[in-house]
This record gives sequence, C-alpha cells and structure tokens, in this order.
Amino acid sequence: MAFLEITGLSKSFKQHEVIRDLSVAIEKGEFLVIFGPSGCGKTVLLRLIAGMMQPDAGDIVIDGRSVVDLNPENRDIGMAFQNYALYPHMTAYENIASPLRSRHVPEAEVGTRVHDTARMLRIDHVLDHLPKALSQGQKQRTALARSLVGRPSVVLLDDPLRNVDAKIRYEMRFELPRVLRRYEATVIYVTQDYKEAMALGDRVAVLVDGAFRQVAHPHEVYDAPGTTRIARLFGDPPINLVPVQPVTAAGGVEMNVAGGTVRLPADSAAVAGRDCTFGIRSEDIWVSLEPTEGLPVTLEAITPVNNRLVMLLRGDEGTELFASCPQGSALDHLRGRHKAWATMDLARAHFFDHGDGVRI
Amino acid sequence: MNGKSVLRAVALTLIGLFFLFPLFWVVLMSFMTNADILRNPPSPFFSPTFHNYVALVSGQLVTTVGTQKIDYMLNLFNSTVLSAFSVILSLILGVPAAYAFARYKFRLGEDMAFTLLSFRFAPPLLVLLPLLLYFQSIGLYDTYIGLIWVYQLITLPLVLWIVRGYFEDVSEDIELAYRLDGHSWLSTFFRISIPLARPGIAAAALLSFIFAWNNFIFALILGSSSVQPVTVGALAFVTASGIEYGQIAAALVFSIVPTLVLAMFTQRYLVEGLSLGAIKG
Repeated sequence: MAFLEITGLSKSFKQHEVIRDLSVAIEKGEFLVIFGPSGCGKTVLLRLIAGMMQPDAGDIVIDGRSVVDLNPENRDIGMAFQNYALYPHMTAYENIASPLRSRHVPEAEVGTRVHDTARMLRIDHVLDHLPKALSQGQKQRTALARSLVGRPSVVLLDDPLRNVDAKIRYEMRFELPRVLRRYEATVIYVTQDYKEAMALGDRVAVLVDGAFRQVAHPHEVYDAPGTTRIARLFGDPPINLVPVQPVTAAGGVEMNVAGGTVRLPADSAAVAGRDCTFGIRSEDIWVSLEPTEGLPVTLEAITPVNNRLVMLLRGDEGTELFASCPQGSALDHLRGRHKAWATMDLARAHFFDHGDGVRI
Repeated sequence: MNGKSVLRAVALTLIGLFFLFPLFWVVLMSFMTNADILRNPPSPFFSPTFHNYVALVSGQLVTTVGTQKIDYMLNLFNSTVLSAFSVILSLILGVPAAYAFARYKFRLGEDMAFTLLSFRFAPPLLVLLPLLLYFQSIGLYDTYIGLIWVYQLITLPLVLWIVRGYFEDVSEDIELAYRLDGHSWLSTFFRISIPLARPGIAAAALLSFIFAWNNFIFALILGSSSVQPVTVGALAFVTASGIEYGQIAAALVFSIVPTLVLAMFTQRYLVEGLSLGAIKG
C-alpha cells in the first residue's frame, strides 16, 4: 500500500462538482507535482487533504490511517501557502517554531531545530524580524521552513513560487529538491507552471476539471500527452493542434495538413480513416528559407522566447503553426514576412481522437 | 517653512479651534461663577473659582435659595460601572458570535446578525414602557444588572458588526496554517484570530463604551437615582432657583475624562495595522 492514498474523492459546492472521483497513490518520499490550469480544483484538493474541508465521498489514507475524520491539527501535514500565510504578529522565529510549540518540544530543541532549518534555507539572519520586514523571498522561505520544521509525514506546497520574482524562482528550483530530500518528505506540490512541474516532479499529475487526466513522469506528460487538453497546457509555445483525416494511400498513410500532403511513419495505420487532431510541438518543425521537400508556408512573425526563436507560420489554406529553433542562426535578425519551407518530425507527432481528444 | 506648509498650519489651527472651542469654553465655564457665565457680552477674562468642583465633590449644591444635596459622584461611579460592564459583557458575548458570523455559514445566520443590528433601528421609547413593567415585576428595576442587560441593546450590535468585519479580513489561510502546525481550534482563535482582529475589537469597545456612557433614556426610566449615570444626574443642576451652568460645566469636564482616558489607551490598538503585511495583496 502506498504511503498516501486518495481514493474516489469527490467534492461539490452547490451544483458544481469541483473534485470528481479523484484517486492517486503516492509513495513515501515521492515528489508529486499537481499541475493544472487555474480553477481546475487544485486549491480545493489541497484543502481536502489538509482537512479544512470535508469531502462528499472518498477516502484519504496517510501511512495506513484514514484521516478524513481528523481535524487539520491531527493529520501530521505541513503546508506552505501561495500567500505564505505567515502570522503577522509573530517574528520569523516564532512563525517557524509554531509546529514545535504545539508538540511541546523543549525550548532548547526548538532553538536548534528552528536555527537548523533557517540556516538551510538561508534566513537565519532575519529570524528576529516580523513578517512585514521580510522580503518576498524571505517570506516564502519562512513559510517553507515552517512547513518542514516539524518533519510532517506529508508536505503540501501550494504554488509556493508563484509570488516570488524570477531570480528566486530559479534559485528555489535548484534548492527545493535538495531541502526536501534532507527532510525525507513526501511532497505534493501544486503549480500552474509546466516548467516547474517538469523541473521538480518525480511524477506529474495533470488535474483538469476535478480529476487527474494523466499521472506520469514529467517527460512522459510532455512527450506523450494523454489528451489534447493536456497537450495544450503543457508546453510554451503551445503545441500545434490541427484537425486532420489521414487516409491509406499507396501502401502507407497520408494526410493533408497546412495545405500540403505528408506521409506518416509506417506505424500509423491506427489513425487511417479517422477524424483526428494532429499535434506537433514547435520544436519538431524545422523551418528553412531555402526550398526543401517540406511544406511551403509563409513565415509571418518571429520572436525570441526563453533562448529559442518562435516563429508563426501560415500554410497556404490559412492554418497557423508555431515552429521554434535555438537562437544563433540566420533567422535571429529576420524581420517581416518571408516565404519558407517547413519540415515536420512526424515520428514525434501526436494523434488524438477528434471527438473526445484522447490520444490514439 | 514654505508658503504651502504655513497655509497648511493655519488651516489646521482654524479647524482645530472650530472643533475644540466648545470644549475649551466648557472648561472655562467650569471655573466661572454663574454670574460670570451669564455676563453679556461673554468674556474669557474672569477670576477663576474652584467653587463648582468643590460643590460636585462635596455633594453640596449651594444656590441662592439654599443648599441642595447632589449625588454627582455616585452618578459618575454608576456611569463607569454601567458602561464598563456593558462593554465587557458585550465583548464576551459579541466577539465569539462575530467570529461565528464571519467564518461559518449556518441556517438563519444572516437573519440573526441582522436582527441584532435592527435593535439599533428601533426607537428605545418603543420598548421602554413594557420593559419597565417587566423589570418591576421580576425585580430588575433600579439594579445594575438590569441596566447592563438593557445596555446590550446598544453595545452588542456595535461589537458584533464591527468585529465581524475584522474577522472576515483575517485570512482563513493563516488560521488553517496555525491548525496544521498542530494547534487546536480554540488555541487558534485566541492566538491568531483575536490578536489579528484586535484593532477592530478595540474600536468596537471604545465606540460602544461611548454610546453606553452617553445613554440617557434607559437609565432615566429603568432606574432611580441610586443607579443613574451622569447623563441623568446632570438634570439635578436644573434647580428651583435657576440652572447652575457652572456646575454643569464642571460635571461635563468630569464626565469626559473616563472616555478620554479610554480613547488614549485604545488608540495604540486602533492605529495598529490589521494584516501587518504578512499576506501578499
């Protein structure tokens, strides 16, 4: 049995079902990232696990013990909030010491543990400050220290890097796994940022409309998204999705896309004759300004994003596609519209059912 | 000092004078004899006398037709007892209730809160006569307990509605965080919710103290001189030989002092910011 097991969890508000029949099992020491768009039910799910709300149905078992009937204070859960939720009338030291105070830890040990945790998160020099005197990054670290210092069996991190600036976000992406490993914590980490999910998670659980649509290794979610919805959420620029109808022709499978005809790899028989959505990531489309065997397209615009150049292509019949390539090529300083040729790496293409959006 | 700040200082002084002048004049009057006060035109130059204060403290009101006994010191004591205990009772009852109204949705919750507020809409005279009859038959007439009970009509809605707003502003996440730290609900209430709502509690306490202190009609009808506060007691200065303006002024000065002291004491909490910057807005 897994360390943290959620089975058949449901929660509605009035007529609106926010969490529907959600199940997941998390191993001890695992780092699970819950990824989803805003309004998908992440906050409600965390509140259900933390015990601030009662589920309508389902069970939450931590370390073999059902916790749904326990009060938050008895669940042995640490949590860092997106808004930090520090106690404004207590110093950083007292904030961090709070979980130890409730357990009547001797004063000397409180001091040692608070200082150890604070030193690891590099906030030991501001322990006597009130929260209002801390920077955003320090507040966030204080909240993190408070969630860890009591060594809870499960740590919930609710988008903790959302409100900190980019520099701290990068620092923390490196630091968090190290710190959490020290505490041997089982972590549920909520984020809206797919890169954070990719960088931190042992597994990523994609939460859409109140249920997990895919729970898998981050690269699997990226390379083999379960549905068009997941494919669209995971990736920047967003994946290209085009409705297609592949047909069997000349001993293989072909399809019309962006005004041209392409031949699909040999193992594509399953998609022949179906209404599909064809998905291809921007980095799997190569663009050349010299004529190639690829599709003739118009290069409409070009813009740098995260050290890559993102290009907006338009096919002859109007289909728009994103392509991208590393910076440092002749395209770097290109402006205006150009004639171009696009080649797709069809081995890395995705096909989804056009009706329900599920991967084929 | 440039022109702008001079103008500003002048404006502030004028506004200050405008609002403080009545208070200043009352203080002057309390050191005047009735003859000085009634002089026409009035003048701020006179030979000060402590006669008025002496009369109040000694309880002997000397008028042209004779000496009259007044209980102003008892009135002052009554005012303090009535107002202080009314506020304390309202805080004990109202703060937990305000928390419940702020945090929990329960059946008829809004209706109950509104009903409590509606006590403030009704003219007190509407209920006073029936109340008087009830009070007389159950022995609450002319008692502190009876008046403190009725004063809840004034103080409880104030406490409830002001403090409720402050509790609503306390982030639920902060409370949840404290509970996840392993603290019980009760300890969270006392260690987190109350301290964070303290400016509101202080404001509500001060306001309801002032309202209770200034109440006139309840004590006039529901008590005799043994429990009546200063507002009613001041009627004694309207004597057969005329109105003793000097004593009234001295009595006013006395009656302002407790509220002033309380205001100065609670000011520290009033100005204390609510969220203190722990929650990112």
